[in-house]
Amino acid sequence: MSSAVEESNRRLLRARDAMDRDYAKTLDVPTLARIAYVSEAHFIRTFRATFGETPHRYLQRRRVERAMFLLRETDSSVSEICLEVGFTSLGTFGRTFREIVGEAPTAYRERAADLRAVPACFAMAWTRPSSFGEAGRSGLG
Amino acid sequence: MLKQITHSQVYVLDQDEALDFYVGKLGLEVNTDADLGFMRWLTVNVPGDPDHQLLLEKPGPPAHDEATAEQIRELVTKGAMGMAGILTVDDIQKTYKELLAKGVEFTEEPTERFYGTDCGLRDPFGNYLRIGEPKEGPIEVPDPAQLAENT
Repeated sequence: MSSAVEESNRRLLRARDAMDRDYAKTLDVPTLARIAYVSEAHFIRTFRATFGETPHRYLQRRRVERAMFLLRETDSSVSEICLEVGFTSLGTFGRTFREIVGEAPTAYRERAADLRAVPACFAMAWTRPSSFGEAGRSGLG
Repeated sequence: MLKQITHSQVYVLDQDEALDFYVGKLGLEVNTDADLGFMRWLTVNVPGDPDHQLLLEKPGPPAHDEATAEQIRELVTKGAMGMAGILTVDDIQKTYKELLAKGVEFTEEPTERFYGTDCGLRDPFGNYLRIGEPKEGPIEVPDPAQLAENT
């Protein structure tokens, strides 16, 4: 690897992979910055410049994507799902879910269709709610 | 009539480092390593399966101007170039342990799914790969509740 940008990208990708993998755990900025070998302030700034959103937002979308999946495919209650995907407060979960998906978890559940089986990595990438301005237009990804 | 896919390609930042990983760690073997003058044609394949080669291509001139090559390298390192491939093994737990001991960077440990047990990993540059142990026999797509238990 050559340039500083490439080195930085690769380390940030490692931190992003950790969010994809360990979304249900407590993942704070210090933990993630350590994975990326940078200071906390630098981590947030460069992550955003590299991936287009803050690490906090990325983690929220990963958790909401998992919640959408569980709402579609299980009978677990909304509060069970909230805890299972890493949120600690039902209020924050509901607010974040509405903000990203455009409707409440229960409303989404009623509307959601069955996702056809594809390799999990693609399902993960395709059904992750986008935060790039489309929220509210589509809930099913 | 098309017959088969014989080559697929992945961008690597350094071909020697790519060999260390794809051959030295993953256990693929070199199929062709030829200096064509304008490029080093470097392909690897699964031992015993030379009919599907993976081209380890370094972005750069003459195929790409330096600015374009730089963009490709940046996309590779941020994991945005897609998947290099899905490989299969007989015993995924054994392979996982062996590769982990060699320092391979896993994004996901082996997880059981309706189609088999598989895991996710990255090459040194950021490319994504999956290795799995497919389930034998006809695969039944599970009902949604079963699907949820193991994703």
